Amino acid sequence: MQGLQPRFFDWGWLRENFFEDVWPAFVGHLYLSFVSVAIALAISLPLGVFVSRYRKLYTPVLFVTGFLFTIPSLALFAFLVASGVGIGPRPVIIGLVSYSLLVLIRNVVTGIDSVPPETIDAARGMGLTNRQILFRVELPLALPVIVAGIRIATVTVIGIAVIGAFIAGGGLGQLIFDGIDRSFPTLVLTGAVMATLMAIFADVSLLLVERYMRPWARRAGGAK
Amino acid sequence: MIVDGIIETLQRPTYMGLLWTHIQLSVLATLLGLLISLPVALAVRNTPLGAAIAVNVGNLGRAVPSLALLAIVFPFLGFGFTAPLIALTALAIPPILINASTGLREVRNEVIDAARGMGLSEGQILRRIQLPIAAPVIFAGVRTSAVQVVASATLATFIGGGALGDLIVEGFSRGDTAILLAGALSVAALAIITEVLFDGFERAFTPKGLKIAQQRRGR
Repeated sequence: MQGLQPRFFDWGWLRENFFEDVWPAFVGHLYLSFVSVAIALAISLPLGVFVSRYRKLYTPVLFVTGFLFTIPSLALFAFLVASGVGIGPRPVIIGLVSYSLLVLIRNVVTGIDSVPPETIDAARGMGLTNRQILFRVELPLALPVIVAGIRIATVTVIGIAVIGAFIAGGGLGQLIFDGIDRSFPTLVLTGAVMATLMAIFADVSLLLVERYMRPWARRAGGAK
Repeated sequence: MIVDGIIETLQRPTYMGLLWTHIQLSVLATLLGLLISLPVALAVRNTPLGAAIAVNVGNLGRAVPSLALLAIVFPFLGFGFTAPLIALTALAIPPILINASTGLREVRNEVIDAARGMGLSEGQILRRIQLPIAAPVIFAGVRTSAVQVVASATLATFIGGGALGDLIVEGFSRGDTAILLAGALSVAALAIITEVLFDGFERAFTPKGLKIAQQRRGR
């Protein structure tokens, strides 16, 4: 596969095999990413709330999740395979969840911290219990920051899920690896371009959700 | 037993070559990324629209999956060193571009006015005011890029770029846990060393005045 060749991108192949090969890979990729972010969120929300109360734990939690985040994804997948988790979607999802934790937990804590103390005092003055303050005041006000975390985590996860195909996780990376094995650029480019579009689409749409959730920032004309 | 296998893999004569390729790819890509993004950030520093475009392009670029970048470059350049180098450079650009643009824009206007009032030229303002104040933010961007590039250089193996990913692929395809772990541990160590190293750089490049101000703010 040296350089450009005639029939470099085979549109005919793409038309004929789209629903057979490409679409399932696309759906598989969506599934991997969605499940991973959902699990990561189910861990990070309670953990984030917990460490925002027990501050001493925040630094160690950041250290551990930051460490996980630094490990290159292919190495992490290799560790998971070597440790006996095996291959397939399961180790990929475990890996993707561990990459999401840092961003999600950090944004949950930052979001809760951003709630002004006066607001909480007012809520307490109105007779709300601690639990009510958490669910009716703190978390709703923290939501835009949490969504910002979900956005970053989702984009990261979509990107790393591509690599997960190496340990048989499926998804769009499978097209890339098959294309390299078969020296078939069409397959490589289809996988790469679709993964890129999925990541950018997730990024932009979640950014819009985030903006929609903080009208006060929009009014002030600031982005973040 | 596994430890012996790992040590054996690390002592292979070819190991140093893989490590060296990995380091070369990472250093070159990060440097090229810096050489491309910094001038762009400098050029748009005084135009809000240009800076906004640079940051948005950077944000879009950050979303592109690393393996997708390598895969997009690969059909055009084939196996070898150049394809991964170009892909990794493209990967290094967005974080530096974003941080350099925002860092330079965040220098407060009053500070620049004061410098101008003291008779500094535009060049002096850039060199002695804007760049030093923005330096920590720019370095944070370079660190993000470098760590990302070191991690993604592992993927160069899939398009024949060599580097430490070769060991992971070899260990995986032969079902040899020791080789797999030797590769994974090397790559993980390299990424962590990069992170720690740049953390030090970042601190070293923070001007003394800024450090004092940060401490005063209780950070």
